[in-house]
Amino acid sequence: MPLLFAATKVDTVVFVMAAAIVLAGALGVIVARNPVHSALMLVMTLFGVAVLFVAQEAHFLAAVQVIVYAGAIVVLFLFVIMLVGVDKVENVQAEPLRGQRVAAIVLGAAVLGQVLWLGGSAWTSGSPSVAGSSLGPGSNVEKLARSIFTRYLLPFEATSVLLVVAVVGAVVLARRPEKGDAADVPAEQQEVSS
Amino acid sequence: MTVSSTLYLAVAAALFTIGAFGFLVRRNVLVMFMCVELMLNAVNLTFVTFARDLKDIGGQSLVFFVLVVAAAEVVVGLGIIVSIFRRRSGATADDLHVLKG
Repeated sequence: MPLLFAATKVDTVVFVMAAAIVLAGALGVIVARNPVHSALMLVMTLFGVAVLFVAQEAHFLAAVQVIVYAGAIVVLFLFVIMLVGVDKVENVQAEPLRGQRVAAIVLGAAVLGQVLWLGGSAWTSGSPSVAGSSLGPGSNVEKLARSIFTRYLLPFEATSVLLVVAVVGAVVLARRPEKGDAADVPAEQQEVSS
Repeated sequence: MTVSSTLYLAVAAALFTIGAFGFLVRRNVLVMFMCVELMLNAVNLTFVTFARDLKDIGGQSLVFFVLVVAAAEVVVGLGIIVSIFRRRSGATADDLHVLKG
């Protein structure tokens, strides 16, 4: 516990601000009534997480976080929100199940308490430097690349297959239904045609 | 001396809890999906923290793979959402009970 707050002033300030941004953005995601606002709050959270990555010397991952998450995934979210036209506000007051919100709060508090309890006690297990040390000469990118392209080469190749499968799946799913294909025609049109 | 790992893990735990709570409470499918992203980010933060703490680059490699899988998941998930919304205009998860049996 005495080492808990032994950081230098700059590190502490950066951490506190980034953590505040992350948590405020996350709360904004679940509180905002408009999905577009939720997506923008999600951008805020992702940037905060990227700052926390930089503070822990994961520079490459911070860059990838901003490019892939904030740049691609959130844009995809916004695109779908605009496309399907659900950019209308949701009634966040209404509870579909009685007591659902209270149960979710209790469950969340239990999970948070358990993880914090675990984090406050003994969590530093395992042997260090299994996949290569993060210390020593060379940049973070260099060490990460050496790890990915030697020890994790097969998973890396597998992710390329996964990406191809995802692209094909997305194209098939988002394909316009062909004429006469009754299964893909919206329900209202089916009733009209029959 | 950098900030203690325990504080990073606490932030990650709080972020995960917020994401899980939002997933349970919200009814808009897209917002539920964003809450999944929040939970993924919490776990990524935990990975990076442990990578720093154990002085092992393996944690960061794993975050790299999580990012790739998350991108693929978002692409397929949003494709499914678009095709669902093309059939019916309901925006909430409660309207999607055709699998109820």
